[in-house]
Amino acid sequence: MVTNRCITIKGTRDGLTLFMDDTCAFNDLLKELESVLSMNYIAENEQPIRIRVELGNRYITGEQEEKLKEMFANQQNFTVDQIVSNVILKQTALEWKDDTAIKLHNKIIRSGQELNIVGDLLLIGDVNPGGKVVATGNIYILGHLRGIAHAGSDGNKSSIIAASYMSPTQLRIANVMSRSPDEGDGGMMECGFVDRDSEQIIMDRISTLARTRSDLSVFERRIMNG
Amino acid sequence: MGEAIVITSGKGGVGKTTTTANLGTSLALLEKKVCLIDTDIGLRNLDVVMGLENRIIYDIIDVVEKRCKVSQALVKDKRFDCLYLLPAAQTSDKNALTPEGMIEIITELKAEYDYILIDCPAGIEQGFKNAVAGADKALVVTTPEKSSVRDADRIIGLLEQEDIDPPNLIINRIRNHMMKSGDMLDIDEIMQILSIDLIGIVADDDEVIKATNHGEPIAFQPNTKASISYRNISRRILGESVPLQSLDQKVTFIDKLKKVFGRN
Repeated sequence: MVTNRCITIKGTRDGLTLFMDDTCAFNDLLKELESVLSMNYIAENEQPIRIRVELGNRYITGEQEEKLKEMFANQQNFTVDQIVSNVILKQTALEWKDDTAIKLHNKIIRSGQELNIVGDLLLIGDVNPGGKVVATGNIYILGHLRGIAHAGSDGNKSSIIAASYMSPTQLRIANVMSRSPDEGDGGMMECGFVDRDSEQIIMDRISTLARTRSDLSVFERRIMNG
Repeated sequence: MGEAIVITSGKGGVGKTTTTANLGTSLALLEKKVCLIDTDIGLRNLDVVMGLENRIIYDIIDVVEKRCKVSQALVKDKRFDCLYLLPAAQTSDKNALTPEGMIEIITELKAEYDYILIDCPAGIEQGFKNAVAGADKALVVTTPEKSSVRDADRIIGLLEQEDIDPPNLIINRIRNHMMKSGDMLDIDEIMQILSIDLIGIVADDDEVIKATNHGEPIAFQPNTKASISYRNISRRILGESVPLQSLDQKVTFIDKLKKVFGRN
């Protein structure tokens, strides 16, 4: 019988939470986990237990995470829900910051030109017909949008596109696409976003954003979303 | 030390060659020493528009390949002593002309001439790159049509990446009645999209076609609308500030009478 020095187990409504001590060596942790797991005496037919692993202030690499998951996977009765750590790599933090920062560009995107941005784009200038702006986050244009704008290019459907004058050839948000009507002029101070029910891009006045997307200005929004 | 100005448009048929010929002529009228260079290898027309076709002996490719000196290839205009043309080659290999070759020729010409106008071929390929290579300034020609404005926009984007001054715009072939009725893009709309400085507008004028077919640039004629436009642009190139000419027809007494009787 090994005394549990590194792992504390707590039962919650959703399953088990394993608190891993963050001062011991990772190998010791694995050894202990192995012995803990081997002690299980759950009947075969029971529903799998959901596991949440709390690592505390320990950083683990992807490889180590795989190892952890593997150990649980060997035991049929556990499914790992989440592995949570308080710390992230500096690099990851910078990526997050980059991802949520607003990039300011002051130029005209002309026909045949394409501007690709990680994070939010604030463009002071026009996007002319045949020009294209792409951002992984939101797109704000202080100018005339006549070309193509693609927000949330890596799949974030909650991104929006706003422009002082909106008469685009196409709007794309994540993988949703819409083209402008063949007739009619654009509108002043409009924005486009994906309607949650119909999965289509709809246009509205910018002023309504404060109500519908109050989380736009929250820096942590994507960190919270993982 | 002279200044090299490239005249370009992206789209074909908007009037690059006509503009080059007329600006050359009107600059010569203002007693500047001007050299025109045709860089449209294989499809040269500047010599035809200038009426100098029969005087060509050597061409620009001969210069690049050192078969002759630049001064030997230059054709003197039949009307002015201060206007010369360096013709394009009609038959040689297109690839013989390179940006380096152009820069070399233009540097040599700059020592001698006040203005060097480069007629650029349509398109954005090698020919465009050659024409732009040695230029200090660029004039973009467009017509009030969507397709032509789109191509001008593309060209301006490419010019912004080059090491030259921000380009100026010439709007060519303006038909005033169509602009007024809204069937043609109007000047404001074009300026809004392209957002570069306007250096001149030229009305659509049958006289231009007539003059071109005679091999005599219209700028030579004293008072057609188009010739005044071209001469105004030249003065603006020299740095004078000349107001844009009004496109409206002068309303004559008979027109007024017709209006009164409801026949217009």
